[in-house]
Amino acid sequence: MKLELGYIFIKDIQFAEQSKVENGTLYVNKEDVKALILEDQNFKSADVELARPGESIRIIPVKDVIEPRVKVEGPGGIFPGMISKVETVGSGKTNVLKGAAVVTTGKIVGFQEGIIDMKGPGAEYTPFSKLNNLVLKCEPIDGLKQHEHEKALRFAGYKVAEYLGNLAKSLTPDEVHTFETPSLTEGLKLYPDLPRVAYVLMLQSQGLMHDTYVYGVDAKKSLTTMIYPTEIMDGAIVSGNCVSACDKNTTYHHLNNPVIQDLFEQHGKTLNFVCVIISNENVYLADKERSSNWSAKLAELLGVDGVIVSEEGFGNPDTDLIMNCKKIESKGIKTVLITDEYAGRDGTSQSLADADAKANAVVSGGNANEVIELPPMDKVIGHPEVVDTIAGGFDGSLHDDGSITAELQVITGATNEMGFNRLSAR
Amino acid sequence: MLKVVHYINQFFANIGGEEMAHVPAEIREGIVGPGLAFKQAFGDEAEIVATVVCGDSYFNENMEKAKKDIIEMVKKYNPDIFIAGPAFNAGRYGVACGTIAQAVKDELKIPVLTGMYEENPGADMFKNSIYIVSTKNSAAGMRKAVKTMAPLALKLAKEEKIGSSAEEGYMPNGKRVNFYEKDRGSKRAVKMLLNKLNGKPFTTEFPMPDFDRVPPNPPVKDITKATIALVTSGGIVPKGNPDHIESSSASKYGKYDIDGVMDLTEETFQTAHGGYDPVYANEDPDRVLPVDIMREFEKEGKIGKLYRYFYATVGNGTAVKNAKAFAEKYAKELKADGVDAVILTST
Amino acid sequence: MHMCTIVPISLTVGANRIVPTIAIPHPLGDPSLSMEEEKDIRRKLLSRALKALQTEVSEQTVFED
Repeated sequence: MKLELGYIFIKDIQFAEQSKVENGTLYVNKEDVKALILEDQNFKSADVELARPGESIRIIPVKDVIEPRVKVEGPGGIFPGMISKVETVGSGKTNVLKGAAVVTTGKIVGFQEGIIDMKGPGAEYTPFSKLNNLVLKCEPIDGLKQHEHEKALRFAGYKVAEYLGNLAKSLTPDEVHTFETPSLTEGLKLYPDLPRVAYVLMLQSQGLMHDTYVYGVDAKKSLTTMIYPTEIMDGAIVSGNCVSACDKNTTYHHLNNPVIQDLFEQHGKTLNFVCVIISNENVYLADKERSSNWSAKLAELLGVDGVIVSEEGFGNPDTDLIMNCKKIESKGIKTVLITDEYAGRDGTSQSLADADAKANAVVSGGNANEVIELPPMDKVIGHPEVVDTIAGGFDGSLHDDGSITAELQVITGATNEMGFNRLSAR
Repeated sequence: MLKVVHYINQFFANIGGEEMAHVPAEIREGIVGPGLAFKQAFGDEAEIVATVVCGDSYFNENMEKAKKDIIEMVKKYNPDIFIAGPAFNAGRYGVACGTIAQAVKDELKIPVLTGMYEENPGADMFKNSIYIVSTKNSAAGMRKAVKTMAPLALKLAKEEKIGSSAEEGYMPNGKRVNFYEKDRGSKRAVKMLLNKLNGKPFTTEFPMPDFDRVPPNPPVKDITKATIALVTSGGIVPKGNPDHIESSSASKYGKYDIDGVMDLTEETFQTAHGGYDPVYANEDPDRVLPVDIMREFEKEGKIGKLYRYFYATVGNGTAVKNAKAFAEKYAKELKADGVDAVILTST
Repeated sequence: MHMCTIVPISLTVGANRIVPTIAIPHPLGDPSLSMEEEKDIRRKLLSRALKALQTEVSEQTVFED
C-alpha cells in the first residue's frame, strides 16, 4: 500500500470573508465554521477563535487537536467510519495543511482535559504551541450528558477539520512524502537481510470517554489486529479521549504518529517495517490478557524480529504495556517500550504501576508529576477555573494573577508516549 | 570568586602509594596534584583555597576521628563547595571520598561533589545522597572526569538548578529529573531497537524498579468478632469532595465518618478519581466502597463490626511514596482504634 | 487484603491477600446487571474477602474462588 502525503505549509491563520489557503495563510470564514458546529443540535452556541505560535494565549480545557487533511486521490475519505464511509484508506494521495490544527475545547469532565499555552515555558512542552490553531468553543445545551457532549464535540472537531482540509484539495503541495508498505512476501524478497520490525500501538480504551476509534469501531470492542501504517495517516484511528492531558494521544498524534514516521525513515535501510499491530487497554483483566496474547501471537505469526510498543495513559495501562512486553519477549522477539513516568513531584517515587525484568529497553517521555510554573497569558480561551481540578492541578493551582502552579500532567501532549517529544527523564 | 576545598589521598598528593596509606589528614594551602586540572577548568570562576590530604588506610581505619578533624580543617576556609577525588576505581579512596563529602554536606551544610567509577564500592554507598560523577576506572580518565565535575561543581556552588543525571554526568540517584534529549522519543526507540536487534549495547532510559515485599499477616482468628475497616484508592468521598483530594497525583487522603450510613448513594457520595470513567462510581459508590453489603454482614453477624471511618485517596498517577506515607499514618490510627482487618479496594 | 481488578499490579506492588474484582471503574459492581444481581456479586466478592482474611498464607495469594 502506497500513500503520497502532500504538505501545504501553513504559516498564518486569519479570519476572512472567504475560507481559502493562499501563500501559506489559512483564511477562515468564522460564520461558516460556526454554522457547521451548530448543525448539531446538542450545541446551543459556538464560537471560534485563533491562536498562533508566540501569542500570549492559553487554551483550556483542551479536548482534542486535529490536523486538517483531505483525500486527493485514492479510495475513501479522511476519518473513515466516523465522517467518511468505511472504505479502506491509506493509498493514493492526501493533502495536509501542515502547521494548522483544529483544537476542540469544553468542560466535559472538567478534570480530564488539558492546557495549551501558545507562549512562554508552557509552550515549550506542547507541540501544539507551534501550530496555527482554530479553537472551537462549543457550549452544550443544558442537561446534555457527558458522554453525548464528548461525542458531539468529537464530531464537531472532525467536521471542521474536514472543512479546512477540503480547502487544500486542489492545491499543489510544497513538499511530497511517499510511504509504502509492501506485502509480507514482497517485503521478504526486497529486504532479505534486514531485521523485520512491527509497531504495537496501544490504544486507550478504558470505557466511555476514554476511548479510541478505529474505522468507527470502539477499540475496546476489538481484538488486537493489524493495520497498514498509511491507513493511520488518513485518519483511520481517532481519539475520543477525555483523560490526563499529557499522555493521551490526540487525533493529531495518530495522524502524525512519530514511531511510524521514524520506522519508515529506516525502512529498507536498517530494518524492514512490516506493519502496525493495534491493541487496546481495557478495564477487565481478561481483556488485558486476551489482547496481549493476541499482540504476541500476531508478532509471532508475522515473523518479526523486533517490536516497538507505545503506551497511552498510565496506571493500569502500565500492565497492558508490561504484558505485551513479557509475552512478545517470550516469543523470542525483542521489544522496546515507550512510556512516561509518574515519579512524584520530587522524582523519587516508582515511576510505573507495573514492572518486569524483561522490560530492559524503555524510552521515557518524562516525569508527568514534575511541578511547573506557567505565567499568566494576556488572553484565555475557555475556562481557566478548571485548573484546580484538572488532572495534575491541585487546590490553589490557579493564582489570582492568572499564573498557574501545577504538574506537567496538565499540558496537552507534554509526555506523549508515542515519543512525539524530546522530553525525557533520568 | 567561589572558594573550593579539595580532598585527595596520599597517592594523588605524591606522598606515596600503599606504603604511605597510613598518613593522617593534613591541610595545605592552595592546590595539590589533580587540583591543577580543576583550576584550569574553573578559570576565574572558582579557586581551590586549600587541599586536604589523607591516607586511605588512615581514613578508613580512623573514620570518626578523620571525619572530625577534616571537618574542622574545611570549616576554617568557609568554602562554597567541597570536592573529593575523583577516586576512579580505588575502593578505599572512593569510600573515603563519599564518607567525607557526606559528612561535610551534613555538618557544614555546603554543597559537595565527588567522582568515581560506577563499580567503586563508594558509589553504591553514597550515590543516592550526594552527587557522584561517573568516571573511568583509572586515573587515565582524569581529564574527562574534571571536564564533567568542574561545571557541575560550579553549578552546585552557585546553587543553580541541577539538571538530570544524563545532562550533568552524575550517577543516577533515584531522583527522576526531566530534560530535553537531542532526538524525539520515537527516534530514540528505533535506535534502541536496532541496537538490541544487532546485539549492540543499549541503555534503558528507565531501569525497572524493585517493589518491596512484606511478610503476610496472620489470619483473623474470629471474623465474627472482628472490626473491619474499608480503605480505597478509588477516590470515594462525601459529595462535593470536602478535602479537595486531587483527581490525579493525590497529595492527601480523607477520613470520613460513616456512623449510621447504611448505603452510599448518588446524593451523598461521589468519586474524586480522574483516571477512570466516573459515571458508575457516582451512580452507586458502593460499587467501589461496598458499605451496603458490609452493613448487611454486620447485621447478620458475619463480621463483628464495620469500622466507623473509612479512608480514601485517589490512586491516579499518585506517587508510591505519597501512598506509602498515607498508609503509614492511617495504619497507626487503625491499629490504635483496635481494627482487626482492612479491606482495601482499588479501581 | 486487597480487592482489585488488575491483579498483576497488585502482585507487582506486593499485596499478600488478593481478591480479583469485576472492572476498574466498578470493582464491586456491574452496571449491566440489576441492582439485586449487583448486590449478589458484591456479597460473593466480600465473602471471598472475609475468607481470605481468615486464611493462613505464606506468600502472595490470589483468592479466585
